[in-house]
Parts: sequence; structure tokens; C-alpha cells
Amino acid sequence: MKIFIIIPAYNEEKRIAQVLKELSVLPYEVVVVNDCSVDKTAEIVRNFQVTLLNHKINRGQGAALQTGNQYALSHGADIIVHFDGDGQFLVAEIADFVTQIHNGYDIVFGSRFLGKKSDVPKIKNNIIFPIARLVNLFLGIRLTDPQNGFRAFSKKAAQFVQIENDGAAHCSEISAKAFKNKLKIKEIPIFVQYHRFGQSFLTSRGRGQSGLQIIIDLLFNKITK
Amino acid sequence: MMWLQIFITFLVVLIWIKIFKQWQQNKVGLVSFLIWFVLWLAILLVFWQPDITTYLANFLGIGRGADLIVYLSIILIFYLIFKIFIRLDKTDKLITKLVREDAIKNGEKR
Repeated sequence: MKIFIIIPAYNEEKRIAQVLKELSVLPYEVVVVNDCSVDKTAEIVRNFQVTLLNHKINRGQGAALQTGNQYALSHGADIIVHFDGDGQFLVAEIADFVTQIHNGYDIVFGSRFLGKKSDVPKIKNNIIFPIARLVNLFLGIRLTDPQNGFRAFSKKAAQFVQIENDGAAHCSEISAKAFKNKLKIKEIPIFVQYHRFGQSFLTSRGRGQSGLQIIIDLLFNKITK
Repeated sequence: MMWLQIFITFLVVLIWIKIFKQWQQNKVGLVSFLIWFVLWLAILLVFWQPDITTYLANFLGIGRGADLIVYLSIILIFYLIFKIFIRLDKTDKLITKLVREDAIKNGEKR
């Protein structure tokens, strides 16, 4: 059984080495999608036994994940796991996602609100999440965590769910498509370790990544799709 | 008013030449060329015969000719913004597709 870990990376030189080091002892095929980083992310990734896909133009996290999905599917993936390159997620928890796919679920979402206590930044808790929850309500998404990047797909789910939103609103898009296609969905508790950088409301670490841009994307995509 | 009319006429003729050249070089289709030609002709007519707008406005139940021009302009601007938005969105998706294909094709496996 081929398990692919997809890591979208944009300027992750400070933390990606640690993540890849932890992953290197596990039996997974790791694919890093370097979304046109301007730092040394690509050079660092080349030191590890992983696949590196380089976006020549920054396209956003959603686009990078879809690139990873397509690559994994074309290389015989049975399970695809989306994982962050900034060390916010725990490598040990990947096994929980894989177990649920083995149990027959098509798509497994991580949740910060199912028991394990994460120190969620105020801006996310008080502004982004309420709006995301409202948008999700309209989209018919019933999940406890509206914006979580830790998820796993069965091969079937990855084929069904094509990520079209290049920015950070892909979280809602993936959930909406999973519910729309009546996939077998499971939410499991995860722990998220937040770092100070990358949580800004106005400034962005990549295309469509600032809090404000996520909100615009969420609202705008609801209107236009 | 006379100087403004001459200036506008000069400007419209320049625009006509430009869109005619674009049509000749296949940069715009015949329909687009005709639409832009007629649109600028209408603008020219309004500047030389402003009363036309009053007749039209009265016919459409709008009080003044100037109001009609403002309404039509707003509709046209919104339509153009919408068209540009659709085109931008399409271009954006195509860029992502190209970038993705390139990334997968030139993937580095270790």
C-alpha cells in the first residue's frame, strides 16, 4: 500500500528540515511541493530522500496541494495525506489518519476541537473561524474544525476532489466537495503547535494566505461558484 | 464646445485607426471591431448632436439625455469589469495548470 505525504512549502527554510527528518524514519513517500519559495527551502529539501516538485510561479497552498495530489495519483498512491511543512502538525498523528482510511473512510479531517487542546491564535478563533463556519453552513459542511490542513484521502476521494481554489479557501472547498460527493467522512482529534509567524491578518506568507485573503476567498468563492 | 468637439473627433478618429489596425492584424474579431466602431461613432454623434440623447432619453422614459449617458456608461463599465474578471480568472487557472504540469514533469526524486 502506497502512502503519500504531500507537503506544500512556501519559504519554510526554518522548519521543513525538522519535519522531513521526522518523516524520514517512516514508510511513507514524501512529496514536497515548493511553491516558488524565495528562501532556501528547495536546497534544504534536496538533502532528504523525498520528491521535490517546484512551482515556477507562486500559486498558493491549494494549487500546491492539487499538484501533489496529481503527482501522487499518477504514481500509484492508495492514500494521500496533506501535511504542513512548518512543524505545526505531529508526524506521529499521520498513522491515525491512515488507520481511518483503512477502516473504510474516504476522507479524514483533522480537528483542533475534538479533545486535544491546541492554542489557537485569537485572530483565527474570533474572526476567521466564525466566518469560515458561516460559509461552511451555507455549503452544507458539518465539521467541528472549519479550516484544517491536516487531512487524508483514499485514492477514490483524491480522484473525486479536485482542488480548484489556489489559495487558502481550499479547506472549505475540499470539505464541500467531500460532502457533495457523499464520501465517507471522518473527523479525528489532532494537536496543533502554533508558531508566531504565518498568522498575520493582513500580510501574507504566500498567495492567498493572509487572514483577510482567506475571508475574501471564502466569501467570494461562495458567490461566484 | 467647438474645441472640445474637434478634440473628441480627433480622438475618435485615432481610436478608429487603432481598432481598424487591430482588426487587420487579427488581434480582434469582426464583431468586436464593429461593436467598438459603432460605440465610438455613438460617442462622436453625442458630442456633435447632444440633443439626440434627449430624444432617446424621453423615448426610454428617462428625464435628461445626460442621465441616459451616465446610466449607459455605468452599465457598459460594469459589463467590461465583469468580462475582465472572467478573463483574469480563466488566465489564472491556466497559469496554475501550466505551472503544475511543469512541476510534475520536472519533479526531482531522490
